Amino acid sequence: MDNNLLKEELIRISGAKPVKCMSCGKCSATCPAYEQMEYHPHQFVNMIANGDIEPLLNSKSIYKCLTCFACVDRCPRGVEPAKLVEAVRLVSVRKQGNNHLTANDIPQLLDEEIPQQALVSAFRKYTK
Amino acid sequence: MKFSYYPGCTLKNKAKDLDEYARKSALALGVELEEIENWQCCGGVFTTAKDEIATKLSSVRALKQAQDKGYDLVTVCSACHNVIKQTNFAMQDEEFASKVNNYNGEVYDGSTKVYHYLELLRDVIGFDKVKEKVVNPLKGKKIAPYYGCLLLRPNGVMKMDDPENPKIMEDFIRAIGADPVYYANRNECCGGYVALEDAEQAKQSSNRVSNNAVNCGAEVIVTACPLCKYNLVKNGSKIPVIYFTELLAEALGVKEN
Ligand code: SF4
Ligand code: SF4
Repeated sequence: MDNNLLKEELIRISGAKPVKCMSCGKCSATCPAYEQMEYHPHQFVNMIANGDIEPLLNSKSIYKCLTCFACVDRCPRGVEPAKLVEAVRLVSVRKQGNNHLTANDIPQLLDEEIPQQALVSAFRKYTK
Repeated sequence: MKFSYYPGCTLKNKAKDLDEYARKSALALGVELEEIENWQCCGGVFTTAKDEIATKLSSVRALKQAQDKGYDLVTVCSACHNVIKQTNFAMQDEEFASKVNNYNGEVYDGSTKVYHYLELLRDVIGFDKVKEKVVNPLKGKKIAPYYGCLLLRPNGVMKMDDPENPKIMEDFIRAIGADPVYYANRNECCGGYVALEDAEQAKQSSNRVSNNAVNCGAEVIVTACPLCKYNLVKNGSKIPVIYFTELLAEALGVKEN
């Protein structure tokens, strides 16, 4: 997809406002998944604003976000980075055959105690 | 006092005690919880995408049923509460609501009042009344309240407490006669669902929380979330992690009933 169209699509899906970002980095500073991410929350915001979206779509970072909303609540500009991360992930997993998790993967990931909540959450985040 | 009650999938399985002690305690406090009929799983996490409708339908149906019965809706699990509350907020947007309503074939407008069980204790019953009903005060017990993310954020929607300096759980702990332990990471994430595919990432997040609580002198960590409990325990918390409803039932003297 054309980069500008993709950018519009991400803004439409997320309802977030990357243009308001002032690059303070607070979202990344507070992100519990920072170390596991190749691109950090402020980079998602910045790269989407610049239409540099392909690298994000292909990065494992989209599966590292915990949807903890820390970046949403702590951003001084109301940008809502988590919603942009989610939008990129959705654009990726909505593609035919692009599910990040399948039912066949589940048995070997289970243990006795794991709550149902973890399974339904992972399916909601990683698949369509 | 009667409320509609949404237990959720995990409270029927791995977190039966979270549910059981919530019901026993409610009874002891004079509150009737009527389970939503044929409720469906909330999905565990809210999908923030504006164009997602199907993932929000189960919550809308529960909210609508409570409204039809004329009751406010009570949740216990942090995740269910977060999803249902955020869905309710989304339904206050007319354009979004009209799409969902077309799909569901019934009209709902986001007006059901939703209480987390802790809010029920604070805002409806009152912590002072809870305190009066305590027969077995947990005197001297040092308890670390663990909020995690789901109860508090996003604050504009959840509106439970100050998201950076909450006190509802601390006040709860005082009401049952124990001492709350303050520690910095009480409102940080446990690692959530990432535990399923990246155990190391979840361990890092969980240990940041439990080690912080231990270092601040806690003897036990209390939570409202089955996944927080799982992650903390699985990753070697040095102190027990238990549900707030279990402590409440113990203090009210109804734990063994
Ligand atoms: S919601 Fe995701 S991106 Fe934002 S702080 Fe939490 S883990 Fe990081
Ligand atoms: S916290 Fe907000 S303003 Fe600061 S870098 Fe992140 S998105 Fe931009």
